[in-house]
Amino acid sequence: MRLLEYEAKQILRDRGFEIPRGIVVRRAGELDQALPSVSFPAMVKAQVPIGGRGKAGAVIRVEDARAARDAAERLLCGHVRGYPVEALLLEEAVSIRGEFFLAVTYDTVEKQAILLASGAGGVDVESPGQASPDRMVRRVLDVRRGLHEFEARQVAAKVGLAGRDLLGFAGVVRQAADAFLGLDCTLLEINPLARTDEGRFVVADAHLEVDEDALYRQPHLETGYRIPRREASGRAPTEFERRAAEVDAIDHRGVAGRVIEFDGNLGLLIGGGGASLTAFDAIRRHGGRPANYCEIGGNPSVRKVAELTKLILSRPGVERIAVIMNVVSNTRVDLIARGVIQGSLEAGRDPGRTIAAFRVPGSWEEEGFTLLRKYGVEFCDRGVSIDEASRRAVARQA
Amino acid sequence: MAILADEKTRIIVQGITGREAAAATRDSLEYGAKVVAGVTPGKGGGEVYGVPVYDTVQAALEAHPADASVISVPAAFARDAAMEALETGIGLVVILTERIPRRDVVEVTTRAREREARVVGPNSLGLISPDRTRVGMVGGRAADVRKAYTRGPVGILSRSGGMTTEIANLLTQHGIGQSTCVSIGGDPIVGSTYVDLMPLFEADPETRVLVIFGERGGKSEEALAEYVVARRPRLPVVAFIAGRFADEMPGVRFGHAAAIVEGEQGSTRGKIARLRQAGVLVAEEFSEIVELVRSNLR
Repeated sequence: MRLLEYEAKQILRDRGFEIPRGIVVRRAGELDQALPSVSFPAMVKAQVPIGGRGKAGAVIRVEDARAARDAAERLLCGHVRGYPVEALLLEEAVSIRGEFFLAVTYDTVEKQAILLASGAGGVDVESPGQASPDRMVRRVLDVRRGLHEFEARQVAAKVGLAGRDLLGFAGVVRQAADAFLGLDCTLLEINPLARTDEGRFVVADAHLEVDEDALYRQPHLETGYRIPRREASGRAPTEFERRAAEVDAIDHRGVAGRVIEFDGNLGLLIGGGGASLTAFDAIRRHGGRPANYCEIGGNPSVRKVAELTKLILSRPGVERIAVIMNVVSNTRVDLIARGVIQGSLEAGRDPGRTIAAFRVPGSWEEEGFTLLRKYGVEFCDRGVSIDEASRRAVARQA
Repeated sequence: MAILADEKTRIIVQGITGREAAAATRDSLEYGAKVVAGVTPGKGGGEVYGVPVYDTVQAALEAHPADASVISVPAAFARDAAMEALETGIGLVVILTERIPRRDVVEVTTRAREREARVVGPNSLGLISPDRTRVGMVGGRAADVRKAYTRGPVGILSRSGGMTTEIANLLTQHGIGQSTCVSIGGDPIVGSTYVDLMPLFEADPETRVLVIFGERGGKSEEALAEYVVARRPRLPVVAFIAGRFADEMPGVRFGHAAAIVEGEQGSTRGKIARLRQAGVLVAEEFSEIVELVRSNLR
């Protein structure tokens, strides 16, 4: 779960990091009260859960209150890379003498936490993966004991620092390792970590991602910092996707959600995770245009499957729906079949015409097949591969 | 032969009294797997489908020496369960639990490295050496397992549990059997990656072709490509990488937790290109796996 910059900074300040003075503004009406407390020059920064804000024009340097107001009013009524700007951070501009890069994340191949540091921070270092590795100091962080102070000093020395700078930077490195582990982060990135004229190290921008699977033991994020749970996603959910999530929440049986909207005409009820990717690729490969991606799994209730079917069929231009799953011994074919048929009927459609393919090799197959036959739905069993079922669905659509 | 587990492998199940674990135990027993004991703290003295339940792994092992442990406990207790198995000297720990905090997973894999033990998962459905044993729940009920899996020369490694069975089913439908099939887990960090398990298949005379099912996200397919270039393995590798369409939507998660792409890293196309360069046979469509496997079995 990606935190907004001001949320990340608030948490880091409480953990002892030096953060520029700033104030959060949510509506233009709050500017009158906020602006007198801002010292200039200042930065006006849109708070959206996505990177590349600077290049999108959502981080603006202003010299006075009037310019700040102009920038704030403009940003507040707009979007940044698909996200509505719901808050701004007005922050004193830091006098920067040097820009450093500091990050802690997991190396998924090595299965270890790693700390990355560099004396060349700034906008060109977009992520640890893209930074040129030769200038990057990299060291393993043992998640069981964190970082010793001397190890932090070694990092600072390798970055090329000496004297007071070495000690100051090492302090931040140690704090970063502690924060990463203590907050159950999957990424902690400070870029730039600015060295001021006075030799202090200030967090000019911070990007924190907290492990969604560890939120249960980080309750202070919600109770203390009022950070709502948000789904990791590269863009804001559409209305259709929100409604699909509501369908999935009808009950706790199985999964019939995680729907992502596309602009095609063939509705999809597919699953599970790997099979959904496989079926979607296959449909596109055969020239089909999916109206949505989705994942069904486990044993979703008939009601959930019916509601999701109806929702997908309610989209303009969607005439048919393909139902494709991998070999799953625990999913009941009869329940999925009943759900799709019921959903089609409730949408005022003929199931036999609407269901372009049905391939769910699961349990209670005979019961399911009997039902499908009764409504004239073409179906296949495990003898037909996922991509052959996809091809048939596309062929019927044409 | 097979890798990781065969008919002699003695298995314990941690969390055996849970609904899923109990069903998996019943089905594994029915398939012929040697499930010798179960562990659920506080429920020692009971039985699950005839398998005795103990309060601790230590107590279970004193009465029933075992080689492998299947972990199916709530995510918050998974690290502790895995540590318990590792401390008692179990050599293979298969973690079915999903949604375990990343930090906990790394603690477990770090400890496993020190103990020279192998971890499969988390978020795995387990593994199977057809006709010999099944560790975990991959393939579901015994009757369904027999339908999908048959013994033969193909090893399978898959990031998707469901697709592990789907690939086996596809091969079985075409008369090609499998040596060992491993659902390696859909999480960003798993105990055993392709590169970790490939040497085991290399050393297994029964295995003649390896099939991998990959997805976008992460860099384990890229690491496999590097391995193939560096080590020139004897086994031909056939790969299918799912999620081409998703390359157009960076940052959006599709499928498993790990199937998310940040920037250029981990795209489906990038993985396919790297694997091809390394000489891996990448199937354009899923069922093409059959032809690629067959041509390499001669």
